[in-house]
Amino acid sequence: MDFQVVVLAGGTSKKLVPLVSKEVPKALLPVANRPVLSYVLEQLELSNIKDLIVVVEGADAALCVGGWISAAYVDRLHVEVATVPEDVGTAGALRAIAHHLTAKDVLVVSGDLVSDVPPGAVTAAHRRHDAVVTAMICSVPVSGLSEAGSSGAKDKTKKPGRYNIIGMDPTKQFLLHIATGAELEKDTRIRKSILRAVGQMDIRADLMDAHMYAFNRSVLQEVLDQKDKFQSLKQDVLPYLVRSQLKSEILINGAPQGQQAKENGNDKVSYRILANASTPSFHELYALGPNGSAPVRRTHKCCVYIASNSKYCVRLNSIQAFMDINRDVIGEANHLSGYNFSAQNNIIHPSAELGSKTTVGPHCMLGEGSQMGDKCSVKRSVIGRHCRIGSNVKVVNSVVMNHVTIGDGCSIQGSVICSNAQLQERVALKDCQVLSLSTSVFLSLSSNEYL
Amino acid sequence: MDSRRSSRAVIDPKVRQVGFFTSAPLPPDRTQSDPPDPIRSPPLADASSPGNSLSPVMIPPPRHPSDSLLRLPHSPSDAFPPPSPTTTTTSLGDFSDDVTAASSPPPAAARVRGRGSSVKQQGAASSFPGGGFEVPPSVKAPSSVPASGLTTVSVVKLPPGISENAGGSVSVEVQSDRALNSKPLKEKTSKAERRAIQEAQRAAKAAAKAEGIKTPAVTALANAKSAKSTKPSPQRNDSAVVVAASEKKGGDRSVEKDRKKDVPHPRMQYDDKSRVQKLKKRSVVKPTEARNRVELFRHLPQYEHGTQLPVLQSKFFQLDTLHPAVYKVGLQYLSGDICGGNARCIAMLQAFQEAIRDYSTPPAKTLSRDLTAKISSYVSFLIDCRPLSVSMGNAIRFLKSQIAKIPISLSESEAKATLHSDIERFINEKIILADRVIVKHAVTKIRDGDVLLTYGSSSAVEMILQHAHELGKQFRVVIVDSRPKHEGKLLLRRLVRKGLSCTYTHINAISYIMHEVTRVFLGASSVLSNGTVYSRVGTACVAMVAYGFHIPVLVCCEAYKFHERVQLDSICSNELGDPDSISKVPGREDINHLDGWDKSENLQLLNLIYDATPSDYVSLIITDYGMIPPTSVPVIVREYGRGQLWI
Repeated sequence: MDFQVVVLAGGTSKKLVPLVSKEVPKALLPVANRPVLSYVLEQLELSNIKDLIVVVEGADAALCVGGWISAAYVDRLHVEVATVPEDVGTAGALRAIAHHLTAKDVLVVSGDLVSDVPPGAVTAAHRRHDAVVTAMICSVPVSGLSEAGSSGAKDKTKKPGRYNIIGMDPTKQFLLHIATGAELEKDTRIRKSILRAVGQMDIRADLMDAHMYAFNRSVLQEVLDQKDKFQSLKQDVLPYLVRSQLKSEILINGAPQGQQAKENGNDKVSYRILANASTPSFHELYALGPNGSAPVRRTHKCCVYIASNSKYCVRLNSIQAFMDINRDVIGEANHLSGYNFSAQNNIIHPSAELGSKTTVGPHCMLGEGSQMGDKCSVKRSVIGRHCRIGSNVKVVNSVVMNHVTIGDGCSIQGSVICSNAQLQERVALKDCQVLSLSTSVFLSLSSNEYL
Repeated sequence: MDSRRSSRAVIDPKVRQVGFFTSAPLPPDRTQSDPPDPIRSPPLADASSPGNSLSPVMIPPPRHPSDSLLRLPHSPSDAFPPPSPTTTTTSLGDFSDDVTAASSPPPAAARVRGRGSSVKQQGAASSFPGGGFEVPPSVKAPSSVPASGLTTVSVVKLPPGISENAGGSVSVEVQSDRALNSKPLKEKTSKAERRAIQEAQRAAKAAAKAEGIKTPAVTALANAKSAKSTKPSPQRNDSAVVVAASEKKGGDRSVEKDRKKDVPHPRMQYDDKSRVQKLKKRSVVKPTEARNRVELFRHLPQYEHGTQLPVLQSKFFQLDTLHPAVYKVGLQYLSGDICGGNARCIAMLQAFQEAIRDYSTPPAKTLSRDLTAKISSYVSFLIDCRPLSVSMGNAIRFLKSQIAKIPISLSESEAKATLHSDIERFINEKIILADRVIVKHAVTKIRDGDVLLTYGSSSAVEMILQHAHELGKQFRVVIVDSRPKHEGKLLLRRLVRKGLSCTYTHINAISYIMHEVTRVFLGASSVLSNGTVYSRVGTACVAMVAYGFHIPVLVCCEAYKFHERVQLDSICSNELGDPDSISKVPGREDINHLDGWDKSENLQLLNLIYDATPSDYVSLIITDYGMIPPTSVPVIVREYGRGQLWI
């Protein structure tokens, strides 16, 4: 289909700093005991995309990610891992691999996207309109726990939401305006020319950019070449393309659509028949100018694909999102996890050992080789592989990674415990993140702290 | 008012009374009031008088040996004295009169019918194995039960292969699954059975070769082959196993019959449940059938429109074998971005051009065979998106004949260049030049002070109006439009921009606006050999009202849209649109009385796309071979249609 797929797997994100480390880059953070990158790759594989380029920031991270991919996807996918220096941004990453891109269009997917939206939908919308860029947007996820405890709920209300302002035409096919969270404080400026050409603009604040874009390759490369200050696709490239869509500065080489069909008379007629048969979008009307003869202005199209509400689409870009995704993947969006759920709606690996009177509630997951003592209770939590959990431990709304040792009588609520951590007896954790590296925790902690 | 009356008397279109006379004779005083001579000639006489330079093409009289034979039994029923056979036009009219009357099977009708019946036979034949599959479930059951036990074993054995299959297209997945199930069966098939399979396959191939690309139904065969041939190599032996398995299940039913059903017959009956099920299995788009369908139109395909687009979109990467240009065109058909016979045809041909440009013959295959199969698979994809129009069908026929004609000695690049220029030529000659000729003819029919009415948005009519305006003729245009597509609005916008004076109204007001109209120009999706004009729904209504007001109806249609089919009503062959589009009023959210209509059992919405205008209501058909009465369509089809298309 003449599409190349680039997965931006990132490096060690600062926003996720207690969770990620040199050994565990962002792409390998476990979501329901699987690296988050696997969700993207599997979604792509499901769409029959076999050739991928995975871009990783930092050499160490690239080594980890590359190693994992080659182990997990041997014989299934043809993946090339490209390493780019840290802090080049998403645009910089694409700039670095630009010479590998040859197809007509490029699909850029963020590696932290957990979604069941078929990528084909975005690319099809892109092709249908001959767009320069097509962005997938989804509704802003309901952050926090669905059955959140009292403290969690209060916390959320205080937190300022990451608002995006997205303007679309009434048919919801074209992107007219996009502003990301940081610009919210300022007044939003909308181009008058765009507004005049379209006539009506829907402005939505409940949608966000899902970070899956289809770009026209030549246009993308040209923009990246010309604007070498651009760092981020989301904050620089996309707004730039949207802003300039009615006075396009980019030279679309090979000029899509009718441009080349105007060489001689007969081609012109056939082009006109084609153009008359379809409802013109505002781009074409604007390009025609007032007298409506030959196109006088150059335009390009920025399209949008809105993921339907029934689809799951969340990015893992904060600790809260990490918790949410872990909860959802074994909960409401459990078709994503790829596991078979038991009758009790949970997953317990056959090799896991449970003590007497230990209960594992629904929407839980217990990894391979984990042992639990007596009278434990696990609710809505993910427990990794080879964990040893003592007796009388309560784990609620938490994520426990691999090789964690938890002493007797602990109580863990709403927390993330990273690999190889050790909790001593009778530790109570609430809304905490516990670092790995064999940290031993003796104290009881609450509130948002991490060790 | 008076002047209009007088002008009307001159061009009063009486041509179409021919049909009436044979079936139900009109009162004698009326026939006597009309002089018998201009009965068929007025449009022609009219055409010849102003358009001296562009005399309509003289069509040679039909040279059928049985012609005189035909006329004999027919003439007594005819109310007129037999027309003098010296003028070509009258004999023409007479001949086609026979066709329309069809009281005795004339050769042309017989020919048409013969083809139809042969097609029907194929359909019937292809329905047999359908029954065969359902009859022996007892055979199927034992084969699947032990096999399921074996599946797990083979999964462990072949992990890479399975993961490969899982990533592949859905159909492949199913097949490989089946293949795994039937693996133990493979050893069991005896030599004789295998031989039988081989024979059947060979027969199928031979049939495909022999029949070539004459009828669209036969494309099924080619398509089946393409489906097999385009599969990735690891699946090849699997698919062979599948064939073996199905053979086993179906007993002696040959594979060829099964293959024939791969592409839906153009006139497939969609109320036949078992066949629809089979069709669905193959279909790329995986349509969901609409639930509340109107009883009379159950035989037409109707799907939930909302569901098709997302499914097709999500399959973007799975349709590997499809060329991106073809995919894009299909998507645009499905979403309604491209509509109109000419535009759809041009878009399709241009997509095929691109596909051919990027095509390379796989090793050990000849270009003509493999490319035909490929084109067939593209066509079946396009049919999934939206049923083909007659114009597209004719274009595909042309392209396939061109491919078949390529000599084997030609190198691949030369062959591709030839095909490219052939398609270019088809677009130029059959569409663009044809339109130009039509415009030249039609402009002679526009006089100063005329009020022209057009319905919907026809590309040919638009060109006529623009050209007449450029010539400086003084006329007014009435554009009649209808819900839900409002195509007329776009036409109106373009005409007004050019400076034409226009009136815009909806079809509800047609009887009111018709008072002031002097001529009606209509476009057509197709013209059938009994003179029936198959066009956007509402056209028949406009034509009938115009007939009632004695206003000439001129249909502008390129000759490549003519078809030898005969159709008497708009029920047996039609297309159903999205019923939601008529239940919703754009811009008026408050009109929501039909919201949730599909939940109600006793409500059905009908959104027809086309209708058939009987030839009685059409005064003249303007085509690239001249201006002809609708009764002369079969002559064009016979003399020019096939011969021209196949050159």
